[in-house]
Amino acid sequence: MSIRRSLRYSGWRLLREAFGGQQGWTPAWEDRDPEAAYDIVVIGGGGHGLATAYYLARTHGITRVAVLEKGWIGGGNTGRNTTIIRSNYFHPQSAALYDLSVSLYETLSRELNYNIMFSQRGMMEIAHDQPELETMARAANAMRISGVDIEVIDRAETLRREPLLDPSPRARWPVCGALLQRRAGTARHDAVAWGYARAAAALGVHIIQNCEVRGFIQERGRAVAVQTSRGVIRAERFGVAVAGNSSVLARLAGFELPLQSYTLQAMVSEPVKPCLDMVTLSTSTGAYISQSDKGELVMGGNLDRSPSYAQRGGFRVTRSVVAPLLEMYPWLSTLKLMRQWGGTVDTSPDNSPIIGPAPVEGIYLNCGWGTGGFKAIPAGGTLTAHLLATGRHHPLSEPFDLRRFARGELVDEGHAGVAH
Amino acid sequence: MQVFSCPYCGPRPDAEFHYIGDADKPRPERSCSDEEWAHYLFMRANTRGAARELWVHRAGCGRWLVVARDTETHEVAAVTPMNAERAGT
Repeated sequence: MSIRRSLRYSGWRLLREAFGGQQGWTPAWEDRDPEAAYDIVVIGGGGHGLATAYYLARTHGITRVAVLEKGWIGGGNTGRNTTIIRSNYFHPQSAALYDLSVSLYETLSRELNYNIMFSQRGMMEIAHDQPELETMARAANAMRISGVDIEVIDRAETLRREPLLDPSPRARWPVCGALLQRRAGTARHDAVAWGYARAAAALGVHIIQNCEVRGFIQERGRAVAVQTSRGVIRAERFGVAVAGNSSVLARLAGFELPLQSYTLQAMVSEPVKPCLDMVTLSTSTGAYISQSDKGELVMGGNLDRSPSYAQRGGFRVTRSVVAPLLEMYPWLSTLKLMRQWGGTVDTSPDNSPIIGPAPVEGIYLNCGWGTGGFKAIPAGGTLTAHLLATGRHHPLSEPFDLRRFARGELVDEGHAGVAH
Repeated sequence: MQVFSCPYCGPRPDAEFHYIGDADKPRPERSCSDEEWAHYLFMRANTRGAARELWVHRAGCGRWLVVARDTETHEVAAVTPMNAERAGT
């Protein structure tokens, strides 16, 4: 599909602009003022909201769509995560969902005509002892049945792939083996938000920033409009993709969600020359590390322990991330920790997302991604767009309906531990 | 780090405590519907701002406590024994 109304990016265009004094570039997308009514309003201008708007326009031909963002696009969890993309999930429903996402990521740069820098460098979840490796083998078998490319590798292969790991058997977190997903990797998070925004805007979607939703207007039990900081906006259907603030929006509409918001931290070292090839995760401690294209070592780990909307984390968790990584990569001690930040993530009881109609007619949910929303953006957008366009589930989103809690049909990915 | 003043143990770091859920959540009757039970079991107020939460002092006295805490500022307003709270309401 070609993006007609905006400038097409290419090597030829770069060359032309280089000789033309860089005067020919146009804005990637237009910051719009809200109109009085749309067919569909998507609340939340993060990756999931922007992707939803893009697929509504591209797949379903619905272009009278607005994305309402209370701050700036990609400024929430989309801009705060550690950019890891993988699909090594245990249950077949989850494997299908996240594998769709990895597949869509693989072709996304070309589809959006925007380089999202998806680098399939592979990910190793490192086992520190034999029982852990055997537990991994069980998980790997389940994932392989679901069609996910996953394999268990031994100690020698793990150390060959990441030679800067401490090979000593007396290390506090020794290397025993690993669960390897070759198709996993990282992408440029801001580019994912901007790529979807640009492609959606080119198809006619309005992206409206600094527009906070403060209430829903309902008629006969159906949501018909939102009250925003920039006036009332009517629509036929509303998509809600606001991650950590999902419960706040739900309360405005008069229902509750099975979500709890926590802070998830991330941090980076000073930038250094390329030294880490892959994403590595320590299964026992939840700490993980990869190297960005800028050269920073990007690290993350477990949630802060108390429910929070603060978008900042405490030092104890920072230390719980850095300490085990220092044991696994002792040379890290020579680097400075440059920045540390936090995002508000919406965790669900079964560590699976919620996609489907809300208890109030006209509202559709995309939430509960918890610590792992970034990797799911293309799939979340595809499935939420399908819901909003047709009013019905796509077969892949059916298991993630909110009503699964009353039915007792949970998709429990809790054992997967850290899920980023 | 947040400091919770346990009514039994005094001021202690939050690492000793474990979060349970909403403090004000009446348990439904046994004859309730699946939906009512699921609501009790899974739904959360997940308040942004001043919240009333149930915590247990797991690495301390083991008592259940009601913590009045702001989820945006992390300010702890009050920590009271759960049973005293329940008796008072």
